[in-house]
Amino acid sequence: MKLDDLLQQDSEWVKGTGPNSNIVMSSRTRLARNLDKFPFSNWANKKQLAEILAIVEGAVRSTNFLKNSLLLKIKDLSEVDRLFLVERHLMSLDHTKNPEYKALVIDPKEVVSVMINEEDHLRIQVLQSGFNLMEAWRIIDEIDTELSKHLTYGYSARWGYLTACPTNTGTALRGSVMLHLPALVFTGQTGKVLQATAKLGLNVRGLYGEGTEASGNFFQVSNQASMGRPEVDIIDNIERIINQIISREETTQKALLGKNKEAVVDRVWRAYGTLKSAHIITSNETIALLSTIRLGVDLGIVKNLDKMLVNELLILTQPAHLQKLEGKLLSANERDVKRADLIREKLK
Amino acid sequence: MLCDICGAKEATVHLTEIINDQVTKLNLCEECAKEKGTEMEEHFGLSDLLAGLSDMGATIEPEAVAAVKCPNCGFSYQDFRKTGRLGCSECYEVFKKQLTPLLKRIHGSDRHIGKIPLKIGKTPKDLITLQELRMGMEKAIQMEEFEEAARLRDKIRELEKKGKGDA
Ligand SMILES: [Zn+2]
Ligand SMILES: [Zn+2]
Repeated sequence: MKLDDLLQQDSEWVKGTGPNSNIVMSSRTRLARNLDKFPFSNWANKKQLAEILAIVEGAVRSTNFLKNSLLLKIKDLSEVDRLFLVERHLMSLDHTKNPEYKALVIDPKEVVSVMINEEDHLRIQVLQSGFNLMEAWRIIDEIDTELSKHLTYGYSARWGYLTACPTNTGTALRGSVMLHLPALVFTGQTGKVLQATAKLGLNVRGLYGEGTEASGNFFQVSNQASMGRPEVDIIDNIERIINQIISREETTQKALLGKNKEAVVDRVWRAYGTLKSAHIITSNETIALLSTIRLGVDLGIVKNLDKMLVNELLILTQPAHLQKLEGKLLSANERDVKRADLIREKLK
Repeated sequence: MLCDICGAKEATVHLTEIINDQVTKLNLCEECAKEKGTEMEEHFGLSDLLAGLSDMGATIEPEAVAAVKCPNCGFSYQDFRKTGRLGCSECYEVFKKQLTPLLKRIHGSDRHIGKIPLKIGKTPKDLITLQELRMGMEKAIQMEEFEEAARLRDKIRELEKKGKGDA
């Protein structure tokens, strides 16, 4: 398996399958682990970093789960390839910096990835399409247990897994879901709903587009605390709260179709029309329009369009993906043209 | 609208984060947003927590505390105040007094409940209190790991001498 093979396949979260995939794009679990007594990656010297990398690599190679995985040394990757992996949610942007002793392990299905020498020695991640957080926990738990047969982790009986940043200490588990909440945004309810969510111990992050106008309607929700309750409880708590947000979004979508049907239908088809005819389009505008079309598909307004294609376009229209597809570096202006070309082609 | 960080470029990325019931909005240019990116995802608000700590009497002798270094990795408490990160797993023990209230504020708890790694009880540093050390020693004797038992016995004696074992 090579890095470029990824371009030919749909990553896990693009599939648009799994429970509640109309509203939950993807579910993710992440565990931070560190080798006992070795300085954390940002404080370790070169010799130690090389040693950490070798030890973790050895452990990865001896696990059943990851023995067929791709191990990439970040320093060997081009700038575009690095961003390509970030855009596929397989590693963080931080991991592209100071690449000397950093590595990334990816399983062939892009479900599991392990960042080596990011802020922590190991950052294990499991991605699942749709609302599948408990399954994502089950998988990551198994991988972690397998890895720990070969590694001695920094751990204290009192504080659990010891991490570079105290915000991750304890279980060192972060569970997160990416939500698409177009109806709540459309009706101006997001502030209220997300604030209530935060009160229940979850972090909410919204990524907005151009100007102050919310575009894209995508939100990431994750647990705030990682210490004091067992992993399954943390996951269970997120699931219960997300379930409430889902039903709120669903109710609002139905209400929208009842009361504001023409306005919604108008928005959806205008978005569709723009994407089908634009010759220059920015990334932000693309996300906003694709979000609207996604709602149109979910509400049955747009009938002969696969939601998976919408998800795929969300990924493929990102800067590094466009450049990988084109096989060369592109300026921002060139990308806007290529992006429009790609969308028209795919929506034909 | 100009970027909140550099104040020079047009802000095109707008982040909203809600922590402890407070809505914080950040307007950033594309470059600064990339720079902040993942860092923000998890550490937003940590600097406030760290700043707030000085009001909690956690640093009674700031000068002296700041200079304390972890014997395993050489990281100082001052380094922690600066970066919000620790140097190694041993640092947690060294800066225990300062970290306890901080962890409690971050997590609402300062006790881990949950997974225990497979390799535990082998390293004495996992056994924090005297009671745990004694249990570990008994376990080692049962398993006929006498070297390990002897090491734990020495550790127990050392802690008993210092008289700070049951902290
Ligand atoms: Zn800026
Ligand atoms: Zn240390």
